[in-house]
Amino acid sequence: MTFWVYINVAWQRWSPSNSLPNSKRPRPTPKPTQRMAHPDELETLTKAFSGHGIHEQALISILGKWQPEEKKSFRKGNPNLFIEDERNFERWDDQHVRLLKHEFMRFKNAVVLWTMHPWERDARLVKEALKKGPQSYGILIEISCTRSADELLGTRRAYHSLFDHSIEEDVAYHVNVSERKLFVALVSAYRYEGSKVKEDIAKSEAMTLSNAIKEADNRKPIEDDEVIRILSTRSKPHLQAIYKHYNEISGKNIDEELDIDLRLKETVQCLCIPQKYFSKVLDTALTKDTDKNIKKALTRVIVTRADTDMREIKQEYNNQFGVPLSKKIEDTTNGNYKDFLLTLIARGG
Amino acid sequence: MATIIVPENVSIHEDAENLQKACKGWGTDEKAIINILGHRNAIQRKQIRQTYEELYQEDLIKRLESELSGDLEKAVYRWILDPVDRDAVLANVAIKKAETEFPVIIELSCIYSPEELLAVRRAYQSRYKRSLEEDVAAHTTGDLRKFLVGLVTTYRYDGPEINERLAKSEADILHEAIKDKIFNHEEVIRILTTRSKAQLKASFNRYRDEHGTSITKKLLKDESNVLQKALHAAIRCIDDPKKYYEKVLRNAIKRSGTDEDALTRVIVTRAEKDLKDLKELYYERNSVALDDAVSKETTGDYKKFLLTLLGKED
Repeated sequence: MTFWVYINVAWQRWSPSNSLPNSKRPRPTPKPTQRMAHPDELETLTKAFSGHGIHEQALISILGKWQPEEKKSFRKGNPNLFIEDERNFERWDDQHVRLLKHEFMRFKNAVVLWTMHPWERDARLVKEALKKGPQSYGILIEISCTRSADELLGTRRAYHSLFDHSIEEDVAYHVNVSERKLFVALVSAYRYEGSKVKEDIAKSEAMTLSNAIKEADNRKPIEDDEVIRILSTRSKPHLQAIYKHYNEISGKNIDEELDIDLRLKETVQCLCIPQKYFSKVLDTALTKDTDKNIKKALTRVIVTRADTDMREIKQEYNNQFGVPLSKKIEDTTNGNYKDFLLTLIARGG
Repeated sequence: MATIIVPENVSIHEDAENLQKACKGWGTDEKAIINILGHRNAIQRKQIRQTYEELYQEDLIKRLESELSGDLEKAVYRWILDPVDRDAVLANVAIKKAETEFPVIIELSCIYSPEELLAVRRAYQSRYKRSLEEDVAAHTTGDLRKFLVGLVTTYRYDGPEINERLAKSEADILHEAIKDKIFNHEEVIRILTTRSKAQLKASFNRYRDEHGTSITKKLLKDESNVLQKALHAAIRCIDDPKKYYEKVLRNAIKRSGTDEDALTRVIVTRAEKDLKDLKELYYERNSVALDDAVSKETTGDYKKFLLTLLGKED
């Protein structure tokens, strides 16, 4: 038996078809005597290495069992993970190994974030966003606008302890002047949380915002003092009343008219329709093969909202995208990371 | 140090009764009111209000408001409120005339510690059902608004850590702005409304070292610009609050016609904090005791009340 295995292996190595490029090479049909990886296993393992998180069990049960030939066929069958080296071996793509490191850490990061005190969590997220630069500033808006007044205050305290600076000091220092006014104002707010709203003022402020948007060509709304005043000092119930009045005045929702300024759009959404905002962020994060920063949003949103408004976010997600959030997570994520997320979103019903 | 004199044995119950007696009937016994309330600390005053309410089903504050009038009424009203409530009321009054009364907002936001300012913000929300910053923003415009809103919303780092390099670079920024008279420079506002007090003091010191004169003296030159006045006040409040208060008192008493509101404000808000130090400072700078100056420039029961808070022994 061993002799024939040897002959087969030798044939594999020296046969003409081995000099063909991968795409032209005939696919080996699995035979019990040949240790070729089963297509199903190949597929499972490929999936285990892609998407969000790592399918630990698959790696253990499949990869752990594979013989060298099976591993080889895996390498050969995955040109995005392995490069065919000129010296006749398949090499891990460096970039992908780095990405894999992040995927392996995804579960750990989620656990660490989940266990952290919410104040420390938000303070560290802010610091990280400031370090990463303008493309991450959406996180500043998310945190300053979706947290309660006392949660934001706690975050500001934690920031003092962790970094010996105030949040507003660092935001003011790092953010460029155009957006600085709004961002500093947002992180400094300590909004009234009662439900009392003066409808006539809300109506007139809706008008003010509408005018500012119309004047966008002359003056950027994000630098407009009145826009900043309204968005950064008014209570959330008041802002929601403004949102309603705006719709009555112009027939559209404010955020839909703010495509001219992404940050302003996010601000309005976070303040007035947070579940819609989070639902959209989740969906973007749950796309396969996105940028690693966008992927991180999945952990962030689920960990930070699991005990707040996750139920409403799930409902909104289902309404907007026609598929339950749990299903999307099931399809897109792997392993312990997946299980952890599913457990978190199931809390509270 | 505080100046009010509180007797050893206090009976809250008796106080409530005596206050009721003082308000009963046709006239009001202002002296009795001053005698009692002027010698009670914040906790005792709160207990007196509660006991009075229990005994007579009436809000003592409302009663006093109706029995007293003028400067005495304003002073006693402010005195009897909870300190944070009082600050909220003072802020609200100032906001309504922000263009002239903004120093009150600046005092509050620059002299108080971050936690004290926060407590006032909460008290303000509780009383007025709006946030302090909402009202400040709605009653001011332009540069003054930017500055004041920044001041009242900041929650400064309150530790001692400072960055020397930053102190120098920010002292330079301040210097340039003052030199070019660009007071509404975004950087000036950024620095003054976000940096910690320790960091700011380091900057001010650096400024003095580099330019031979204090930053506040440099700002004094031209007081026509409201923002400049505000910046000046803020820097003085941060740098040396006691000196700032002494000047407020001096101006309140010295002006042709006393500024009772300012006088009341400082005496009432500092009587349980550092009025004693302010008295000493006042004497140093004016060679006249504050008590004597107040005595000379005010009259009647209002004068009596102020002197009681200043610690005058009967």
